[in-house]
Amino acid sequence: MTAAAESAKRSSEEDVTRIGEAGSAGGGANVADPFSDPSENGRFGDFGGRFVPETLMPACVELEAAFRDAWADPGFRAELDGLLRDYAGRPSPVTDCARLSERLGVRVLLKREDLNHTGSHKINNVLGQALLARRMGKSRVIAETGAGQHGVATATAAALLGQECVVYMGDVDMERQALNVFRMRLLGAEVRPASTGSRTLKDAVNEAMRDWVSSVETTHYCLGSVMGPHPYPWMVRELHRVIGDEAREQCRTLLGADPDVVVACVGGGSNAAGIFSGFGRSPGTELWGAEPAGGAAVNRGVPGIVHGMKSYLMQDEWGQVLEADSISAGLDYPGIGPEHAHLAETGRARYEAVSDDEVLDAFATLARTEGIIPALESAHALAMVIRHRQALAGRTVLVNLSGRGDKDVAQVSDIFGPDAGAARGLR
Amino acid sequence: MTEPAGPGPLEAHLRRRREGGRKLLVPYVTGGLDERWTELLRAMVAAGADAVEVGIPFSDPVMDGPTIQEASLRALARGTTPASILADLRAVAADVDVPLVAMTYFNLVFRAGPERFAAEAVAAGIAGVILPDVPMEELGEWEPAGQAAGLETVLLASPLSSDERLALLCDRSQGFVYGVNLLGVTGERASVGGAAGVLAKRLKAITDTPVIMGFGVSDGEQARAIAAPADGVVVASAIMRRVLDGAGPEEAATFVADLRAALDRG
Repeated sequence: MTAAAESAKRSSEEDVTRIGEAGSAGGGANVADPFSDPSENGRFGDFGGRFVPETLMPACVELEAAFRDAWADPGFRAELDGLLRDYAGRPSPVTDCARLSERLGVRVLLKREDLNHTGSHKINNVLGQALLARRMGKSRVIAETGAGQHGVATATAAALLGQECVVYMGDVDMERQALNVFRMRLLGAEVRPASTGSRTLKDAVNEAMRDWVSSVETTHYCLGSVMGPHPYPWMVRELHRVIGDEAREQCRTLLGADPDVVVACVGGGSNAAGIFSGFGRSPGTELWGAEPAGGAAVNRGVPGIVHGMKSYLMQDEWGQVLEADSISAGLDYPGIGPEHAHLAETGRARYEAVSDDEVLDAFATLARTEGIIPALESAHALAMVIRHRQALAGRTVLVNLSGRGDKDVAQVSDIFGPDAGAARGLR
Repeated sequence: MTEPAGPGPLEAHLRRRREGGRKLLVPYVTGGLDERWTELLRAMVAAGADAVEVGIPFSDPVMDGPTIQEASLRALARGTTPASILADLRAVAADVDVPLVAMTYFNLVFRAGPERFAAEAVAAGIAGVILPDVPMEELGEWEPAGQAAGLETVLLASPLSSDERLALLCDRSQGFVYGVNLLGVTGERASVGGAAGVLAKRLKAITDTPVIMGFGVSDGEQARAIAAPADGVVVASAIMRRVLDGAGPEEAATFVADLRAALDRG
């Protein structure tokens, strides 16, 4: 057993009772939890804040108050927990991957967010925000989407609650994720193309913000990641904390300890924030974030301000935001959530960029060894594990399998060709 | 924060101009839009502008509608940078006898470094700055640098701002208070609706700083109506659309002269 596992085991008795208390910011015995509330002005260290036009300030303040109120309301929590259980299918299982572990020499566990309703972790956040919109008396929700997963989840929650829904999507993404566009329309949402700039996720966020500034009195902006102005980075992390809280308990049941490393892909960073935050009181567990090489805000960016927040941002020498370019539409974002910027700066989490090629190898490897086709986004996290398999030998790694790959099959089929990437896999 | 000694040069100029009931006209030009943009700037001054707003284009202008977005992207596509705009302005500063107000998004300022940005803006003859994505809560990131350089920071007021926020805004805004006519992004509207007049009256009731209303203004008649309860108007998209459609500096300035005439009819 590693030191991390031993120390986790020692404290597991006292901590295990608190695991269900999602949102509790209190530390364990002597452990400061880095995933506590941000400061009053929404800062994680120097990052975050609220860089929005005056017209949106009242809405941000109102949203923060409404979320604090709802999050402290047992009735709201019970309704959300009920939906997560009976509608979304939580808790999602943890799968112990015997064949993959043997191939890698690393024990790999997968947190199966791909098995949630709508096929990814995104449903956790949107169910919370849709209930919050209803509580605030806003009958219309808008969202941005990259791969379409957040858009599909938002359209789903809006259908469930009878809300009007408009989703902005870059027209490049509408083409490469045509099936998700159809899903959203089938669910009753209107999909509007974002056709300026790079015509991907960044531009979809711009369009959603322009809509919100025009419609803020009746509309809730259901932001899909741990980004944007305060309270979104904090609120969205809290709504995804259930991933990490469940996973920690499941690991303790399965391993009798915490995993040595928790790995997640990072675009804006919502699934990573969700699973990382469950391990805030497990200081022996390393937190790894896998960025796409074409959208590596931590590794290729510098601090900047866009979309309401200060964070790491890929930009040119003048401050013009660069266009991300990744195989995965869901990670095609030049920034990163401000809490991740803070975790990177303090060293609590480590972020690395993985290439499209490594991602495709990881995608094929998981399909062939475990019978699980991951989302290209989630394959980034696996790729980071595969890259470091020698250093990880004998250790236990929990990978957040944030989504399933059905949506990516057509795109990957074009790349792999008729032999379905027979030569792809471990190198 | 120390209280400035009195109105800065931008505000003093606008106060002088409004004496006697003149309505203030602040046209906008996207810096670096084309090779003739400073000719347009000078032509607009000659046509009766009381100050000119100069946009420094940003890749992700979330407060701007289709016209200013297109103008910004066109300027960026021809290699326009904050430095090239300031260099162009230095070349014409001596011929421009009204204050210039830079409008940009905060990342360009932050990337340069607020102190350096402020110093270079002043050196190019800029008197004030509008940063639509920096609300009062985040002004600490910019205001000290702006004040040290003698730049006046213009704050935006929204129809949704509470009375309490409007009072704080008016206290803190320098040069003028920029009233946003509507809920939405920049761009011409057939009508800006009733919110503009309500906000203008709320602002005029609590401040003596010039109140200039913007967003959505498409013609002289609208400009006159919007300016009536305030001290003036900003007109941006209606001018930039003409330029994007091929109008040269003289033709675009003719439209500015029409706006001037409509405001002067009162």
